[in-house]
Amino acid sequence: MTREVDVIIIGGGATGAGVARDCALRGIKSLLIERGDIATGATGRNHGLLHSGARYAVTDRESAEECIKENMILRRIASHCVEQTDGLFISLPEDGLEFQAKFIDSCRAAGIRADAIDPKEALLLEPSANPEMIGAVRVPDGAVDPFRLTTANLIDAKLNGAEVLTYHKVEDFIRNQNRIEGVVVRDMHTNELKELRAQIVVNAGGIWGHDLAAKAGVTVKMLPAKGSLLIFGHRVNNVVINRCRKPADADILVPGDTISLIGTTSSKVPFNEVDNMYVTADEVDLLLREGTKLAPSLAHTRILRAYAGVRPLVASDDDPSGRSVSRGIVLLDHATRDGLEGFITITGGKLMTYRLMAEWTTDLICKKLNIKKKCKTAELKLPGSRQKEERLSKRLHTIPTAQRESVINRHGDMVERVNMGDAAHRSLVCECEEVTVGEVKYALNELDVRNLVDLRRRTRVGMGTCQGELCACRAAGIMAEAGKYCSQRAKQDLADFLNERWKGMAPVAWGDTLRESQFTTWLYDGICGLKNEKKI
Amino acid sequence: MMTEHSEFNFEQCIKCTVCTVYCPVAAVNPLFPGPKQAGPDGERLRLKDKGFFDESLKMCLNCKRCEVACPSNVRIGDIIQAARIKHSRKGPGLRERLLANTDFIGSMATPFAPLVNMTVGLKPVKMVMDKVVGIDHHRTFPRYAFGTFEGWLKRKRKKQSKFARQISYFHGCYVNYNNPQLGKDFVKVMNALGIGVQLLEKEKCCGVPLISNGLIDKARRQGEHNTALLRQSIIENNRPVVGTSTTCTFTLRDEYPHLLSIDNADIRDKIDLATRYIYRILESGEVQLHFKKNAPQRRVAYHTACHMEKLGWAYYSIALLKMIPSVELTILDSQCCGIAGTYGFKKENYPTAQAIGDTLFRKIEASGCDVVSTDCETCKWQIEMSTSKPVVHPISLLAEALE
Repeated sequence: MTREVDVIIIGGGATGAGVARDCALRGIKSLLIERGDIATGATGRNHGLLHSGARYAVTDRESAEECIKENMILRRIASHCVEQTDGLFISLPEDGLEFQAKFIDSCRAAGIRADAIDPKEALLLEPSANPEMIGAVRVPDGAVDPFRLTTANLIDAKLNGAEVLTYHKVEDFIRNQNRIEGVVVRDMHTNELKELRAQIVVNAGGIWGHDLAAKAGVTVKMLPAKGSLLIFGHRVNNVVINRCRKPADADILVPGDTISLIGTTSSKVPFNEVDNMYVTADEVDLLLREGTKLAPSLAHTRILRAYAGVRPLVASDDDPSGRSVSRGIVLLDHATRDGLEGFITITGGKLMTYRLMAEWTTDLICKKLNIKKKCKTAELKLPGSRQKEERLSKRLHTIPTAQRESVINRHGDMVERVNMGDAAHRSLVCECEEVTVGEVKYALNELDVRNLVDLRRRTRVGMGTCQGELCACRAAGIMAEAGKYCSQRAKQDLADFLNERWKGMAPVAWGDTLRESQFTTWLYDGICGLKNEKKI
Repeated sequence: MMTEHSEFNFEQCIKCTVCTVYCPVAAVNPLFPGPKQAGPDGERLRLKDKGFFDESLKMCLNCKRCEVACPSNVRIGDIIQAARIKHSRKGPGLRERLLANTDFIGSMATPFAPLVNMTVGLKPVKMVMDKVVGIDHHRTFPRYAFGTFEGWLKRKRKKQSKFARQISYFHGCYVNYNNPQLGKDFVKVMNALGIGVQLLEKEKCCGVPLISNGLIDKARRQGEHNTALLRQSIIENNRPVVGTSTTCTFTLRDEYPHLLSIDNADIRDKIDLATRYIYRILESGEVQLHFKKNAPQRRVAYHTACHMEKLGWAYYSIALLKMIPSVELTILDSQCCGIAGTYGFKKENYPTAQAIGDTLFRKIEASGCDVVSTDCETCKWQIEMSTSKPVVHPISLLAEALE
């Protein structure tokens, strides 16, 4: 089976989704291929911090400038994915105030608003912050939901003619002399092999782009760096809290939807571990120890889970040792770099700059295809962000408050596609995050959901305090009803989902988190007879 | 593990949902999201954004049966009440003020009790109250007494001072303005035990109707006032404080610290409920009560009020009633009668209140009892309105049976 499009994009992270959208808006026919679900790599495994750029202002002026520009763009085009919380950079007695002046100057030089405020005022702004702080600077940080952001980009891409194939893995490249003409992909569900052809193939595979490049016959040297984070059970802070010092471990506490996140650690990991990230006890200790310095109440706040992501750091081309890495955007035209036509790698960067990365990539694609169209992604709002939440809320006033506000928070104006017209569709699947039957059905029908874990990324099912205890079986039931799978597969999917939840709870399994996971085990193992063979 | 880190107590919830199973409102009114949703789940959402506050939380009775059911020690009822206090945008209206200020209304009404009782009982007045104020026309206000209990006890001060052992009596608004006889019965029983009864310096309403009607600042002021009086009695004068009303007693002990942030840890254990206080004295064997011989047998059905269930003290009232030779006791299943203080008086809550109490009323009628006994005055009003049986406080039954 052979199909032909203009561009094949490999990788369903924010960058790949951004490229798909940008191409679609410029009338370029693209096909996005993802070996698993969208936003499963570094995109979905970070802080969800809408960087103001302040963190990089002192050490990396270029990144800081990119951040603040993209920050302002995302507030506008992706308002339903963004929480405009602002951020504080607090100086603790152990940090001293020396760094602060330089920090403020650097921020301002990069175009980032940075106001030194009195520690007392900072505490009024964010009561959970460490009261021992001796200084505070307010910056325009925020929170961004990477799942929503990626989903919204793909919705718009598809509306404008792009195609998306999740659970398709690139097995090989179709190469004709010095030109890449397409890829051979494996459908991960049917095991079927397909040939897909395009004029240009974009490698947006994140850390997996290292291997993809090698498959295509070129070298892109990446260095996997693990970053671990902890999720707390509820929103501890409403303003992002950072340490006002040189970037270090566990010095950012971000409020994201119903929870707060502390992170990250940083350590090199070998390539053979990138598919199975785990969080160690030492990392948990470090995160808690440093975290309580930002907000002392973290010491007695329930921890929901721990997770780790892999940053795709790229070694500079002129440094084969890999010691000098760049956190900036790396766009490689393999035609000029390696003499390989039809192949582009976009990597480095960060979630914050996904749109800019996509813009650069699409500019290059346009140049190669001789298309003269300007990028519009900085102006055109994403689906979901096109109407004000207050107006949506008024229009849906008959729906109970919690369900209404939650679904609008998650989907913005796409809520119009969610059927909540009758009591059956308004009833809850996930009680912690207020996910209704209607919302689950919308995700199943329109958002490329193949299993419960995918559903979680679209709706927050199973992301609340119960971590799947009450919602997983209900959601699996709806999926089976919708014909997504048979009851045998449903049981397997339930087990996989619960094991995936347990993986995140295991490193922090004490206190109420352990009690609750034990209760979940009784329910599923004891009452429903679901066996967890793979449980770690 | 079971640490009570005050505001974060909701994190102890493991979503077992047993609270919702025990919620009397959720069982009859689908518009109420239930204690788990309104309490720990909702609290987490409200921490994210106060816009998640839902006015349906006012459907909570504050019966605390969810807290009794909870195996994780989550203060669900407190979380819901605290959220109402913090977020409710609908301020108290005329009706709320009328129902909440039991103290003020009582002191205005008692001097003109016969006139007031007649007026509020008139059908046209009831219809006006229903249509204009929003107090359901099925309800009859408890009759006001002609003269207060405080006035009566003040006249007995000399006699009461003669007893070697003394307690302070927190009589509450109901005994003071509506049913001084219960107070008199209490004094009779205490005297029979060799204990004198004193008033607090200047007792004010415990504040529970103020709390449930959203007048929180006033509730806090009265709570602070009362706590100072309790402290004076308990610590300075070494007189424990005893109440006959479960809700007043529960409020002084637990709602003050939990909802009004009034610290009473130093005196909480010395605030007791009448039946428990008396039972413990009798159990110790120091004193004995002498009952009338050949008193006619009465079949009594005991109803456990919600706050009694929360206190966990129904046992004491039951045991005390069992001591009375002329009482043949049936114990009704512990369930809410639906009134929940001023809740059932409100027109919009009337159907819910009656639906909640329905099975209880039927059990009472089927029990063949002569009289229902309960420690709560508002349960008394509800059961008397909804069944054919009179309701008498255990202390009154006890007083009546004494020689």
